Amino acid sequence: MNGGGLGWWIVPLAVLGGAVRVSTPFLFVSLGECITEKSGRINLGLEGTLVMGAMSGYAVSYLSGSPWLGVLAAGAVGTGMGLLHGAICSLKRVNDIAVGIALMLFGVGLADYLGKPFIQPAAPQLPSLALGWWASSPDVQNALKVNALFLIGVALAPLLVWAFRVTRWGLILRIVGESADAARALGYPVVPVRIIATCLGGFLAGIGGSFLSLYYPGAWSERISSGQGITAVALVIFARWNPKLCFYAALLFGGAGAFGPSLQAVGLHGGYYLFNAAPYILTLLIMVATCSPKRTLVGAPAELSITK
Amino acid sequence: MLEDSAAALAAPRPRGLGRRQWAGGAAAAEAVLVPAGALVLSLLLFGLFVACAGVDPLAVCRYMIEGSVGSWFAVQNTLTRAAPLLLTGLCTALPAQAGLMIIGGEGAFVIGGLSAAMAGVALHGAAAPVALAGMTAAGIVAGGLWVALAGALRHWRGVNETISSLLLNYIAIAILNQLVEGPFRDPDSLNKPSSPSIGYGHMIGTIPGTEIHWGLPVGIVVCLAAYVLIRHTTVGFATRIAGGNLRAARMVGLPIGRLVMLTCFLGGAAAGLAGMIELAAVQERASADLVTGYGYAGILVAFLARQNPLAMIPVAFLLGGIGASGGLLQRHLGLPDAATVVLQGIIFVMILASDAVYGRLPWFRRAETAG
Repeated sequence: MNGGGLGWWIVPLAVLGGAVRVSTPFLFVSLGECITEKSGRINLGLEGTLVMGAMSGYAVSYLSGSPWLGVLAAGAVGTGMGLLHGAICSLKRVNDIAVGIALMLFGVGLADYLGKPFIQPAAPQLPSLALGWWASSPDVQNALKVNALFLIGVALAPLLVWAFRVTRWGLILRIVGESADAARALGYPVVPVRIIATCLGGFLAGIGGSFLSLYYPGAWSERISSGQGITAVALVIFARWNPKLCFYAALLFGGAGAFGPSLQAVGLHGGYYLFNAAPYILTLLIMVATCSPKRTLVGAPAELSITK
Repeated sequence: MLEDSAAALAAPRPRGLGRRQWAGGAAAAEAVLVPAGALVLSLLLFGLFVACAGVDPLAVCRYMIEGSVGSWFAVQNTLTRAAPLLLTGLCTALPAQAGLMIIGGEGAFVIGGLSAAMAGVALHGAAAPVALAGMTAAGIVAGGLWVALAGALRHWRGVNETISSLLLNYIAIAILNQLVEGPFRDPDSLNKPSSPSIGYGHMIGTIPGTEIHWGLPVGIVVCLAAYVLIRHTTVGFATRIAGGNLRAARMVGLPIGRLVMLTCFLGGAAAGLAGMIELAAVQERASADLVTGYGYAGILVAFLARQNPLAMIPVAFLLGGIGASGGLLQRHLGLPDAATVVLQGIIFVMILASDAVYGRLPWFRRAETAG
């Protein structure tokens, strides 16, 4: 019992605080992927985008001294990666899943290459809001430190639900994702809509990446994301392409990711690697439990290659 | 997804059945020239990339040639690096015949190597051939089952196999780290947690007169066997039907589940064998060093060869050469070791983009209509 005055209570508390902290990149990537997949394309390259975002965000924050500029830069770089994916997939007979794999490897390699000079120096970090000011225990205060990006993500989820449901842009996006032929017949340009949707997805994933390097874990290294991007893509399927469910799923995954470190905090060191793999195992189990070979998933965009 | 990906990737180019011979020749020329063109374009892009970083592209070119084929040492380095790629490439190429896009080679490689290490440690006292057979069997079975899991989830639960196989990679690495830092750790390995040694006498030697281990001929033979299996056996034919047109395959009553499982198992077995060879020929102990990246490079090998195991042989040599030249680029030009990964990524993207030009280039089309 070395968890301060709280004893074992620190585990659920740390999981909660960790869920808020760890879930932010999941949240941004899954919301971005949600937009992309609603248009009928899947971008598996968001893993690469996430790492590129982390690298560029950290680099710009270090060079400019402003972490928010870093976040913007990460978003811009993510948009570029999305544009690349969207443009290549728009060529005839090019498979979007394969391009995603390629861009995942490319993004991770490129970030590794360009990020070499930024491994050592410390860049200014994003500030956090202390929502635990009322508590006397430092553990509670620590757990309730919330980053502004998380709050933006929280606000973004219902905003996207609303946008998909009622706005003109949301409707066009859904038409393109449900039936490219119908969209064409209505006079909507399918390819540009998909490219824009992929760019938006890349933008959000890039921001999610900047959270990794600018807040938690809060430094740039080549192995900063090991599969968080791809887990988030799987999470969108689990969340049935619903941004609100994406938010809950991201919290769940964040909690799973925080479980291992929080056990360490109370002095349990066994199974460290296995607990760190918890989000992947959880993703796999959830996909096994919720997918079915017999029917199309509820809410799946009909043009999506992954569910056809 | 099955139909879609298969049409684009797994199904072989139409060979012009019933047409005159040289129409097929034009298709074959196209199948060689289009990827070659994409490759040249990628090299130019990479040259532009390093030029932006302030490095002379011509020097990069010179060192890449020198580092891959410039000397006997470089050639051996290239061939040694090509050996595992031949096998990990099959982990993507074989399931692709059934229309699955598996990227779990890295996980199967790690699990294969780890299982081989366990078998090797368990058979420490046995005769060398017995120990080697045991390690090989362990690597093949473990790698095969690992990827077959992704295939089974795909077939019976509809879980996307690309995502699940990638997740399995991370889980495999976690299992490796957990075991070599815990129950399977050699207490004497202080700085770097590793398993006990499989014993020097039980390691795979090198081809006499070279530094190249026996993994290279094994890889080539397995690729040839995979080619024969796919192109010249009933099972291979049935698999390609399932990959090319799932509905038609169901109509004629092919056992799709079994075909999917078989190709996934064989693909994973190949990657597991690669892991076993890496352990038994190079590393001697299981440790975090088993995470080599050969599994991910294998995906590129498979796509570059258009999922054809025969074409994978030259492609693996090519990528082995790129990997081998990384050291020289780092030493002489100060390029980070990730430079070769960037080049691989550019090649991957360009190769996929080049899918768009098949059947559209005027000179190939003329040859086909003339025939």
